[in-house]
Amino acid sequence: MEASAVPGLPDFLLSRAEGGFFSWAVEREAAAHFGTTLAGVEAAGLELSLMPARYRRNRETLSAEDQLRLLRSRVAVVGCGGLGGYLIEELARLGIGNLLLLDPDVFEEHNLNRQLLCSMAALGRPKVEVGLARVAEINPAAAVAAHRMAFSRDNGSALLAGCSAVMDGLDNVLTRRALVDVCRELSLPLVYGAIAGWYGQVAVQMPGEDLTPLLRPASAEGKGVETVLGNPAFTPGVVASLQVAELAKVLLGRGKPLSKRVLFVNLFDMEFNEIPYE
Amino acid sequence: MELTIRLFATFRDGRFQSEKREYPPETLLGNIVDDLKLARDEIGVMLVNGRHASFEQKLAPGDAVSIFPQVGGG
Repeated sequence: MEASAVPGLPDFLLSRAEGGFFSWAVEREAAAHFGTTLAGVEAAGLELSLMPARYRRNRETLSAEDQLRLLRSRVAVVGCGGLGGYLIEELARLGIGNLLLLDPDVFEEHNLNRQLLCSMAALGRPKVEVGLARVAEINPAAAVAAHRMAFSRDNGSALLAGCSAVMDGLDNVLTRRALVDVCRELSLPLVYGAIAGWYGQVAVQMPGEDLTPLLRPASAEGKGVETVLGNPAFTPGVVASLQVAELAKVLLGRGKPLSKRVLFVNLFDMEFNEIPYE
Repeated sequence: MELTIRLFATFRDGRFQSEKREYPPETLLGNIVDDLKLARDEIGVMLVNGRHASFEQKLAPGDAVSIFPQVGGG
């Protein structure tokens, strides 16, 4: 049943909202009183143009209608390491209602220099498990499915079916090529991101488009210059934030996404080059 | 013939950012890559006048070539 159809819930929220916002305490009380989910309460409020108080500082950047669309979206984060940690953090704060986390690995010491979700306490724990716990800490209304497994051409379609969009947090070109293919098959928007040292790339593959020209199978392992340069603390946050900005535009159908062009980020010379590609 | 060569990220190290350079007629993109001692398996994207190009592409006077290393990390 649609939360908005829960008898009494709209009136409950309208009577307790202040200045167009309802607090976390009201949200929790409503969920308990009406036996609905937190997301259900948020949806009911947003349908009345009432915002959860957590979104107050989004001000005019995101409307209640926008938040409702984000709440009803399902976004996959494929790879939960350097890019993935920042992606998860920002998607949870943005208000994406449904997250799918995929990664086969556990946190190791060499992740501490850059991976947001890697802490001393997280060492040895599966990345997807820590990601799930982080989302719960930030935004309990978000539903998270966490799978400790590697994305592949074989399992990709089944895993990503039903998603609204896909975020690339992978660490090699070969798996990215598989991700590009699966997203093309499923007609899902894909927000591509890759990093090495001071450098990064961002692009969007909308349904019907093809990012493959950006992903030459250069080496047999599908690795790039990051094998030599490594990845420092600052590059993942820059590139992941650019990816989330692209996702927001794709989901809301606003602005001008990086479609049919790629952004090359050079933090060393501080240059941003936007290159159209065919 | 004169070509404009633009290098990106690590490919600039010990080389240059952008230069106009003389090459013989019929030069292929792969010849330029080899001439600049760029490892072919480190290259991510190659553009000639903004379009994707292969090592076999034959260049024409005035062409602008951009070469980026493969960036694969996450």
